[in-house]
Amino acid sequence: MAYPEKYRYTKEHEWLQVDGENGVVGITDYAQHSLGDIVFVELPKVGQQIEAGSTFGSVESVKAVSDLYAPVTGTITEVNEALNGTPEIINTDANETWLIKLTLTNTDEVNGLLSAADYDAFVSEETGH
Amino acid sequence: MSDLAVPVSLRKTPLNLTHRSHKAKMVDFGGWDMPVQYAGLIEEHMAVRERVGLFDVSHMGDIQLRGPNSLAAVQKLLMNDASKLEIGQAHYSAMLYEDGTFVDDVVLHKLGENDYLIVINAGTREKDVQWVRKALGGMSGVHVTDVSDYYTQLAIQGPRAKETLQKLTGVDLSAIKNYWFTWGQVSGCHNVLIARTGYTGEDGFEIYIPADEPTSARVWGEVLTAGAEFGIVPCGLGARNTLRLESAMALYGHEISDKLNVFEANLGRYCKLDKGTDFVGREALQRIQDAGGPARRLVGLEMVERGIGRDGYSVLSLEGQRIGEVTSGSPGPFIKKNIALAYVPVAYSSVDTEVAVEVRGLPVKARVVATPFYRRPKLAVPPITAPLS
Repeated sequence: MAYPEKYRYTKEHEWLQVDGENGVVGITDYAQHSLGDIVFVELPKVGQQIEAGSTFGSVESVKAVSDLYAPVTGTITEVNEALNGTPEIINTDANETWLIKLTLTNTDEVNGLLSAADYDAFVSEETGH
Repeated sequence: MSDLAVPVSLRKTPLNLTHRSHKAKMVDFGGWDMPVQYAGLIEEHMAVRERVGLFDVSHMGDIQLRGPNSLAAVQKLLMNDASKLEIGQAHYSAMLYEDGTFVDDVVLHKLGENDYLIVINAGTREKDVQWVRKALGGMSGVHVTDVSDYYTQLAIQGPRAKETLQKLTGVDLSAIKNYWFTWGQVSGCHNVLIARTGYTGEDGFEIYIPADEPTSARVWGEVLTAGAEFGIVPCGLGARNTLRLESAMALYGHEISDKLNVFEANLGRYCKLDKGTDFVGREALQRIQDAGGPARRLVGLEMVERGIGRDGYSVLSLEGQRIGEVTSGSPGPFIKKNIALAYVPVAYSSVDTEVAVEVRGLPVKARVVATPFYRRPKLAVPPITAPLS
């Protein structure tokens, strides 16, 4: 499984790409693999405020429901509408399939997130291999 | 811990290492370390509907009852009428408590005169065996044996199941009718029980082979090789669950339990109150029937609005009042609808009744539909043509 260096990660298995105060959020390759065939994605509305660590939507596979947690605090600027019709593209390419775009309220919050190497180590520890 | 390590507390089937070496995703299923999926749940589900799939169902339990009083024993233990079975025939039945709720649902096989095999669920094995011994009490002339660990049970399911298995046996599989069985040689194993049964809603077979690891792994591999030309895939319990849900078959702990009775679960057609012998639970069910039937019933729901009803979610009236609960809910990969089985008051149980399922705090509209959600197409029979006159 691949975790690009350019992203920061949460322990809830989201990735965040940051460019200044603009952020893009997706779920990790590990997350999509654990969930299995993804069939449903529920996302917030543009303009909605989300708070770091709180849930902002959900991803469902045939078997399971998984909440999405905001990596940082911010305001939603765009949601990936294509996922309503073709949620399975997350399974195909989790690293390049974004869920939401947002404006960060406080860019310092990014420093509290995991690097790719930290996330890889965290996943290894969590799964025991 | 490596991929091949098994948590010591979990039970495993003789095919555990086979599953792990094929990179199946393993889960704890009722205390058993079982494959939930191989390549992917949807792919496995579709393979069974359109081609053929192979399942390890060795975790299922088996209780054998033998002796001159074995028919009397199964008649007392089980709600269906075992006196109707011929040798080589099986039927769906259930073991009940005195109040008409479920100890377990089972498939009863008549192996011979005075010889019966009850196939039971994995998670209820010990409870079932203890219940059988307790319910039969001091009955003489019947010998109860837990033979669960004697067999590796494989399910070969799907429209190409017969062609797949036929390559491994000289037994004429076409001659075995649905819910009948025979014995024969399969993959070099002698005296294998071959039953035309399953839990997927498709045509298919379940075979009971010796439980030793080398034999189990060899036959598993030979079935996959035989089915390769038909597009066979190994399947996990995830697909087994969505397949049985589309076919609206009950799962213990969900649609049936010690809190739900036979009539509530809509399984009255397998319950023979008038079979001529008493059975555990009969009196209570007779009273329920005489009083006009149950107050709630199991129904099929199809989600109308966007959302998936899941196990344990509340069912609401359109006015927002909680009226019941989803027992199994999921997307139906073949029928491509979000479906659920749920208990609702009888007043809400007729087809086309509109209700809602509470999905993470919000009501999502659903309607009651006829079950099963999926029914396999009838085998194509050439039309009878008569000359026009």
